[in-house]
Amino acid sequence: MAFAAFGSSAAPVEQAPRKKSWIAWVLLAPGLAYLALFFLTPFVSLILTSLQAPVEFGDVGQYQTAFKIENYATVIEQYWPHFLRAFGYALVATFFALVISYPLAYFIGVTARKWPLLQALMLTLVIAPFFISFLLRTLAWKQLMSDDTPLVHALKALSILPPDGHLTGTAFSVIFGLTYNFIPFMTLPIYTNLERLDTRYLEAGADLYAKPSTTFWKVTVPLSMPGIVSGTLLTFIPASGDFINASSTFLGSAQTQMVGNAIEANFLNLLNYPAASAMSVILMALILVIVGIYVKRSGTEDLL
Amino acid sequence: MTRFSLGKWLLPLYSALALIFLLVPIVYTFVFSFNASVKSNIVWVGFTWDNWLNVCADASVCGAFGTSILVGVTATVAATALGTLMALALSRYKFRARSAVSLLLFLPMATPEIVLGAGLAAQFLSAGVPKGFVTIVIAHTLFCLSFVVVTVKARVASLDPALEEAGRDLYGSSAQVFWRITFPLLLPGITAAALLSFALSFDDFIITRFNNGAVTTFPVYVYTAAARGVPAEANVIASAVFLLAIILVVVSQTTQAARRKRLAKLS
Repeated sequence: MAFAAFGSSAAPVEQAPRKKSWIAWVLLAPGLAYLALFFLTPFVSLILTSLQAPVEFGDVGQYQTAFKIENYATVIEQYWPHFLRAFGYALVATFFALVISYPLAYFIGVTARKWPLLQALMLTLVIAPFFISFLLRTLAWKQLMSDDTPLVHALKALSILPPDGHLTGTAFSVIFGLTYNFIPFMTLPIYTNLERLDTRYLEAGADLYAKPSTTFWKVTVPLSMPGIVSGTLLTFIPASGDFINASSTFLGSAQTQMVGNAIEANFLNLLNYPAASAMSVILMALILVIVGIYVKRSGTEDLL
Repeated sequence: MTRFSLGKWLLPLYSALALIFLLVPIVYTFVFSFNASVKSNIVWVGFTWDNWLNVCADASVCGAFGTSILVGVTATVAATALGTLMALALSRYKFRARSAVSLLLFLPMATPEIVLGAGLAAQFLSAGVPKGFVTIVIAHTLFCLSFVVVTVKARVASLDPALEEAGRDLYGSSAQVFWRITFPLLLPGITAAALLSFALSFDDFIITRFNNGAVTTFPVYVYTAAARGVPAEANVIASAVFLLAIILVVVSQTTQAARRKRLAKLS
């Protein structure tokens, strides 16, 4: 059902493409017009807004068309720690999500093949978080980690946490929240890939006297690379732009603000649209560069 | 030998722990929907059915929930219609610029939501469009569209062309072949796409935050309430939606399994 979006399990059937391409354009026209109007033009608006200058003697939030490229320098100077935190937290969260998800996806997709019912049950549990508000789940973690909970008392008793320490409002809780929220996005693509893994390759590895660990690193992991790449992208991209986990009302504090928080505050509270737009453009550009390099490096260009 | 059996149990144990980890906040939300809290639902006070029986005691929660349903249905219908047509074009016809169109559809999924949200907000601002219900629906349709195309395309790719050929061999017109054979076969894919769209729209906060104006959807309500404490009624609504969705999944999976069994018996 919902995981159909992450790739169909049925093998594609070769279909003869038809000639009448004008029909294709008729079918595409409404969707393309929609994307042009509400996806491409907003990027132009974003770039134009990012170059605007304040209206002289105007109110807060009044800007006029200009070519104020200094806006970019200003936001980088002011918000570079936010960018650094966004990519740093997202990277660490992606790593932990992968460490948690890969064995889980392997168990569901390979080990549990003999028991379709168990497989279906486990998959349902993986997508279960999608069915309950993401904000409420994040708040639940906040309350479970807040200062007067058994968890925090236990950590203090074990001296893992200093007596005056907190769990919430720290880099730890923000990364924890990001990891938690994106585990299903990591697990599902890896699962759809491993589900089709031909286990005869693993037997071949064993027949050639490879240790199970060698077979895993030399056979299983390379074969599941497309799943790993889509999983890490589906985690890293939204995590780097997230502003819920790092917000002070949720798992973060003033010291954990990510670039998403800065964009939100500038756009909606400070009404500094040029600054918010400039940061959005920079974020998008950095993500495109990072994703481009990553996809090229991992040799999975055909994924796009 | 003991090492081997430990290795054998390690993976199932790890997987079980990972799943439990995923479920902890869900259980928490569910349990706290029964909390007899007065204002903020943070400390456990005692068990009560009241929140479930009088969900709309706090009218703003129910209002926000209704708005979310309305936004979700509208955006789902729009995205499913536009996306299904695009998926058919992409998987059935050869035309120049096909890869460019695919890239254009991939890009919204690769763009962080905050950039989509801020971009739309900047556009509405410069065009002087007031933010509200319509702008939320426009934004939701945008991010659902690509997911619909991916889902329906996968379904088209798995269709057996022999079925349509048989229809044509029996002198069915193109319209008859499409509506009697292709469309019913695509329907499960289209339904899956619609359900996915609705789920994405219903839970979206980031893009909505930039384009909602004064309209409050359920996630916007939770976000605003979070600063002073979310009432237990919000937990009730979230838990009820969750239970309904899980029942839907279980029913659809068991009917699918039963159908597969029946088909296996026939052949």
